[in-house]
Amino acid sequence: MVQQSKTQFGYRRHPDQDRIGADAAQYPVVVVGAGPVGLSLAIDLAQRGLPVLLLDDADRIGEGSRAICFSKRSLEFWDRLGVGGRMVDKGVVWSVGKIFHGASQLFQFDLLPEQGHKRPAFINLQQFHAEAYLVDRVQELPAIDLRWRNKVIGLEQRHDLVVLTIETPDGPYRIRAAYVVACDGARSSLRQMVGAEFAGKVFEDQFLIADVKMTAEFPTERWFWFDPPFHAGRSALLHKQPDDIWRIDLQLHPDADPAIEKLPENVRPRIARMLGHEKFEFEWISLYKFQCRRMDRFIHGRVIFAGDAAHQVSPFGARGANSGLEDAENLAWKLDRVLRKTSPEALLESYHAERSGAADENIRESTRSTDFMAPGSRQEARLRKAVLSLAKETEFGKRMINGGRLSVPSIYDSPLSTADCDAWRGGPRPGASMPDAPLAAPAGDPTFLTEAFIKAGTRFTLLEFGNGGAVDRPDGVGVIRIGGNDGFSDSAGLAGARYDAEPGTAYLLRPDGYVAARFRHPTRSVLETALARAAGHN
Amino acid sequence: MALSTSSNFAKPDDAFRAVVEAHRGLSDAQSVDLDAALVLILANHIGDLDVLREAIALARRRMVDASQQQQQQQ
Repeated sequence: MVQQSKTQFGYRRHPDQDRIGADAAQYPVVVVGAGPVGLSLAIDLAQRGLPVLLLDDADRIGEGSRAICFSKRSLEFWDRLGVGGRMVDKGVVWSVGKIFHGASQLFQFDLLPEQGHKRPAFINLQQFHAEAYLVDRVQELPAIDLRWRNKVIGLEQRHDLVVLTIETPDGPYRIRAAYVVACDGARSSLRQMVGAEFAGKVFEDQFLIADVKMTAEFPTERWFWFDPPFHAGRSALLHKQPDDIWRIDLQLHPDADPAIEKLPENVRPRIARMLGHEKFEFEWISLYKFQCRRMDRFIHGRVIFAGDAAHQVSPFGARGANSGLEDAENLAWKLDRVLRKTSPEALLESYHAERSGAADENIRESTRSTDFMAPGSRQEARLRKAVLSLAKETEFGKRMINGGRLSVPSIYDSPLSTADCDAWRGGPRPGASMPDAPLAAPAGDPTFLTEAFIKAGTRFTLLEFGNGGAVDRPDGVGVIRIGGNDGFSDSAGLAGARYDAEPGTAYLLRPDGYVAARFRHPTRSVLETALARAAGHN
Repeated sequence: MALSTSSNFAKPDDAFRAVVEAHRGLSDAQSVDLDAALVLILANHIGDLDVLREAIALARRRMVDASQQQQQQQ
């Protein structure tokens, strides 16, 4: 088996390591863990102008593919960080999934049936590729100081700062931070240091996850089987990645012995039966028992938890890495404003409110998927059998089959949102993320709403649908004007349709691209009130 | 209360017989499978989660009553 260790980084001694006692260096933000979440968060913070210290206990990008499905929302976030194009160019674009029962196909679904979005529903990309591109981007940003083989071994919270003790090959040193963000994964050591519990549900069934290398003519679709002929009584998943790598998930019996099941000589025959041939090599094999759990509080004093450190889900639904990236985009602008004192510290509390709500939703969805795959009782198994057999003949049966409900952004029930006071027939409601739409720039060049949002500064932005007169908007707010003399044109009418727009309609977008408020005919005063609420001045 | 518990069939006996006869000739295991499918089909036809939840609560009250009776007998 070829072990993946794609990129090796060197440890370098830093002058901070010679500063002792009260002379310890101080940073506004220290991010712990240079995985996809920590790297993305650091880039977002740095692009907002904050210096960031990013620590990782390893000195290389991890083995295996791990996360492979990155959602449209994650790609739009990565576009804002300047890495979306690279991810999509390398990734395998897909939107179609097929569900099989036994040897026959039950149905197929399309996750993005409509045109006019810059980014696809999903790409598949090995996590190590994503991390490598993010590290490249980090290295373009002098505001980020990324230190490998810097392991946090001590954490002390004081009134207005955190003192971290960091172990290195040259011995320990200390730094001080106004805020620490723990992106150190499911086995987070910072979580243990703050003494937080990580409670939830462990699923009994084991799943074997293998990445195999082969050239094959399967289409770039997500194929999911219940009770396939090659793996009787259990479920299986096949999904394509770049570089001729295929992800295979096989559900195993709860009593299977991990050490034995994991041996390539035992995995090989199973996969050969699935593929119908033996012309493949293993890249990575792992055996999991899935867990769904989360921290009770994502914020412990000045230590904030994001990604798997804060919440863990089973992988069916691609809700792990994608929800971690949503944490990062949610937190970055809030931390930036609090550190600049343009918002009160209370704004951070909305990170916990919004993202713990999203974690509950992700846990609920992925628990339901995992339960459907591994029914917990005989009656649950009978009901599933009824669904699978009804699916052959009925539309409702097809819709009830749960082979993973794929990640979509949560709609926040948020203290930052201003409730609708006008009548709406559609469009994203306050707390929802902004849908993309094709536009043409005033000069005629084709673009997308998500690109216009980046050009407007990735800050609080007013999306206006022109009625001839410009809205009197609050200071410091960016603008995207559609229609009118100098605005973007919406010749396909999709922006207008997706936002239920009429002349005069305006959406106040947050710096993470979520809707804070919307109005049919806003005045400066209602916009200022909505803006103050969205910025945490409540 | 969204769940209708007044009598909705002109001939309730016909409805009861239809369900009983659906099970004729089936083994216990097949009967349980039939009920599972029937419940899902009817639930989808109702298409209202509140009604479904009320129906489930009403059905489950029988289990509670039965277990209380059992305890009293002991």
